[in-house]
Amino acid sequence: MSEATTSPGGAGHAVEIRALHKSFGDHKVLKGIDFTVEPGQVVCVIGPSGSGKSTLLRCVNLLEEPTSGQVFVDGVELTHPDVDIDAARRRIGMVFQQFNLFPHLTALRNVTIAQERVLKRGRREAERIARDLLDRVGLGERGDAYPAQLSGGQQQRVAIARALAMDPALMLFDEPTSALDPELVGDVLAVMRKLAEDGMTMLVVTHEMGFAREVADRVVFMDDGVIVEDGPPEQVIGSPRRDRTRTFLRRVLHPEG
Amino acid sequence: MTARPVAAPRLGPRRRRRVVRGVQYVVLIAVVVTLALRADWAAIQQSFFNPAVAREGLPELFTVALANTIVYTVTGYALGFALGLPLALMRLSSVPPYRWIARGYVEVFRGLPALVIFLLIGTGLPIAFPGFALPGGVYGSVALALALVSAAYMAETFRAGLQAVPKGQLEAARSLGMPQSRAMISIVIPQAVRIVIPPLTNELVLLFKDSSLVFILGVTASQVELAKFGNDLASSTANPTPIIMAGATYLLITIPLGYLARRLEARQGKGR
Repeated sequence: MSEATTSPGGAGHAVEIRALHKSFGDHKVLKGIDFTVEPGQVVCVIGPSGSGKSTLLRCVNLLEEPTSGQVFVDGVELTHPDVDIDAARRRIGMVFQQFNLFPHLTALRNVTIAQERVLKRGRREAERIARDLLDRVGLGERGDAYPAQLSGGQQQRVAIARALAMDPALMLFDEPTSALDPELVGDVLAVMRKLAEDGMTMLVVTHEMGFAREVADRVVFMDDGVIVEDGPPEQVIGSPRRDRTRTFLRRVLHPEG
Repeated sequence: MTARPVAAPRLGPRRRRRVVRGVQYVVLIAVVVTLALRADWAAIQQSFFNPAVAREGLPELFTVALANTIVYTVTGYALGFALGLPLALMRLSSVPPYRWIARGYVEVFRGLPALVIFLLIGTGLPIAFPGFALPGGVYGSVALALALVSAAYMAETFRAGLQAVPKGQLEAARSLGMPQSRAMISIVIPQAVRIVIPPLTNELVLLFKDSSLVFILGVTASQVELAKFGNDLASSTANPTPIIMAGATYLLITIPLGYLARRLEARQGKGR
């Protein structure tokens, strides 16, 4: 990680974050984050609530403006004052905890609207791509449904298709299954797993330890605004080195004890 | 019910409720009977529900007066909508002067009686801009006056609607690479408009009634709206029946519209 900071523009990394700080008023949420994601990697960020992991994720596509530090995605510095943030965001898919589907549009239209308005694809081409993507997330038949007519798990899968329609180089997932009923979590995770197998670069904030263990190339444990541990899942989840990680994992994996 | 000593035998709560209700009925019936006995029914019928006078007002009541009222209301409403939405966006702007202008507009025009705005348009505009005539003559002036009134209320309604759209909607749109303006146009505003349809329907009812102030601007017989039509005919026939007719015609429109607004509101409450 430390060698990377010498490179001029985060080149070669899918994501590079340098000395990232974020405060809301007096409240320091991120206190100096440095890390990278390599192309094709799946990185899961875990940690207690309030540890800053969602804020970190939201800084990667600048939904939150960092207080200081640099964010590079695909070699482009998003924190540079002259950056075209809309162009940069086209390459970064974002999936939210609350889905945030557009409720006034059908599932299909949710997936086509940004293709047409942002990428300037024709209606027919956008719809063909949208149908393919809805097929891929197992909702090929539900294109005409409005979000309110879909279950939470279905909505989240439409949201994934919507993000994929922009051909992103990187996908961000902000606790994608936390708002779902337990029986609906599996379908969403299956879609994400398939995406990972297809080689998508993914940064996932999650509480799903099973998913992190099986799918992630790396697991990052955050607490109190800093990265406490960063390594392969078998290390961070399997045999954590730090006390804070152990305490957190014990609580998550054995909530009864 | 505190335990305090009572001299008379206490009534049980249910008995007491029944007595109270009985008294209310007695009072109501007494008032109605007194009014009915004291009123001069023949005179009332002659003055307010006079079929001969009523025939004189037909069909112009509908073909001229109601038609004009609708034209005034609809043009004023459309113009008010076109003015109110940008005002709401200005009110939420990150540029402070825009916020001040919108705020100032809303405060002034919500604080003024509609009558004063009509007076200002009717007498003030020709003085301030000599030789300037609004397109459409009286129709233009009316549309402008009603628009100025309704825009202030609509701006506040739109602002509430825009703020009611969850923040995640804008975030999702921006995450897809939509610029702020595109995200507002394609995602936020369509949802806000849906939210404000019931209150905007109520605003239409208010504006429909405010159109009665058109007489301030001095209209010709062919430009007359309901209230003035009723009043003029009442003068010429020396009989108030046309005023009742005009009032009934207002209700013919306002009651169904109010009902529609409540229905829309109820449906929205269920959908969310």
